[in-house]
Amino acid sequence: MNGFLELFAEYDILGAFWMNIRLTVLAAIGSFVLGTVLAVFRISPVGSLRAIGTSYVNVVRNTPLTIIMVLGVLAVWGQLKIEFFDDFALNFFTYAVIALSLYHASFVCEAIRSGVNTVPQGQAEAARAIGLSFLPAARVVVLPQALRGAITPLGNTLIALTKNTTVAAAASVAEASGLMKSMIEFNPNLMIYIFLTIAIGFCIIVIPMGILTTWLSDKLAVAR
Amino acid sequence: MLSYSLFAMTQSTPAPADPPAADTTGTRVLVELEDVNKHFGSFQALKDINLAIPERQVAIVLGPSGSGKSTLCRTINRLETIDPGGIIRIDGRPLPEEGKALARLRADVGMVFQSFNLFAHKSILENVTLGPIKVKGVKKAQAEKDAMELLERVGVAQQAKKMPAQLSGGQQQRVAIARALAMRPKVLLFDEPTSALDPEMVQEVLDVMVQLARDGMTMVVVTHEMGFARKAGDRVLFMDQGAILEDSDPETFFTRPQHPRAKDFLGKILTH
Ligand SMILES: Nc1ncnc2c1ncn2[C@@H]1O[C@H](COP(=O)(O)OP(=O)(O)OP(=O)(O)O)[C@@H](O)[C@H]1O
Ligand SMILES: [Mg+2]
Repeated sequence: MNGFLELFAEYDILGAFWMNIRLTVLAAIGSFVLGTVLAVFRISPVGSLRAIGTSYVNVVRNTPLTIIMVLGVLAVWGQLKIEFFDDFALNFFTYAVIALSLYHASFVCEAIRSGVNTVPQGQAEAARAIGLSFLPAARVVVLPQALRGAITPLGNTLIALTKNTTVAAAASVAEASGLMKSMIEFNPNLMIYIFLTIAIGFCIIVIPMGILTTWLSDKLAVAR
Repeated sequence: MLSYSLFAMTQSTPAPADPPAADTTGTRVLVELEDVNKHFGSFQALKDINLAIPERQVAIVLGPSGSGKSTLCRTINRLETIDPGGIIRIDGRPLPEEGKALARLRADVGMVFQSFNLFAHKSILENVTLGPIKVKGVKKAQAEKDAMELLERVGVAQQAKKMPAQLSGGQQQRVAIARALAMRPKVLLFDEPTSALDPEMVQEVLDVMVQLARDGMTMVVVTHEMGFARKAGDRVLFMDQGAILEDSDPETFFTRPQHPRAKDFLGKILTH
């Protein structure tokens, strides 16, 4: 235990977790928006849009996140030389958010699609029958019900995303798991405590998400 | 009694583009099907349907299960496509293939489903105002006022704030009729509107439909309710295996059916 408390002074542990939280929030928004668009593609009456949605999900979902993260950095920064910000850390943070968003969008899409399957066909038909075309019918009638039916898989995706923010270390983002590595490197005697600190930190972030998900999915369930 | 007329209310502001309504019932053809065929894969669900429904007519569609009654209804507002070569016209205009024009023409054709299909996440009032607001651009306050009047007419105004799942089947179906009427359609299609209801709720829905028929609404009604067919129907279309085999007035159909399969069908339903 000797020297454990000093770690908190020496390393910015809270700051590192704050980084994971920021990655989570931004990538959650990004993946939710992209995933919703992809889900609309996948249920659209236009064949080519459905094909785009299906291909995206199949390719991205089956590629390891680390590869998307590393490839993104190598290709976008190394080859294409696209930089979003002059600031090095902010720039790599942006790559990480984009990679996390692109990857988790495929899971969000599938979660929403499973929600769409909980909406009876008659709902969309009634919407069409009163004169709504595809997009308004999707936006006003089908998706609101689909999202309520998709809260559990969406919550699971959010939890996976939170833990997957550790992969951002591969894009040189200073987050908690990266910090854990360097702390252990310089304080091997405290390894078990350092490990527990990081693990507990993630539990504190993730456990409320699970509770919130269960509560929301009960509260928002559509009565039929 | 006229002020309580459902139809009078729905027609209070006629669409400007419409020709003036004819004085004599049934001169303007509202629904016209020409050489309509429909295949599901290799199975032919509709065979050479030619049909003209003039305004104010109540056409009853009868036939055994699987004869194509629902398919006929669903093609009239393009919930199902038809085989190339056929034409469906609503008030003289061919149904467009896709897109905005189709959505607009569809709004002229109301549909009431067997399973009600009220929007489960919207209140009763919102179910009725959604179409006018989103499709016709009616202001919310006006749409709500109109909706409350319609809900009053079908007898569910008390339930306006509730969610669909809180209503009985009969009440839900009456809301579904109000929702369709809110679009001020030219034609209303009913696909077995009382088949999913408990017996004690059938009459309250039929009463609303009889009132609509009296008010001059043009209706296509798939139903096994013979009482309703006799009371409100102007015409009976008997379907079997995708074709219209008999087309006559209700009295003739029920007393002197011509086609052997119509006789057979009537024998079966009248004995129980
Ligand atoms: N989406 C579909 N795919 C394939 N076949 C279909 C489809 N919809 C209907 N059919 C077939 O078309 C035929 C006519 O069906 P339809 O639902 O119009 O009959 P119906 O007269 O309404 O019968 P019911 O009285 O049972 O409602 C049936 O044989 C049915 O199996
Ligand atoms: Mg049917």
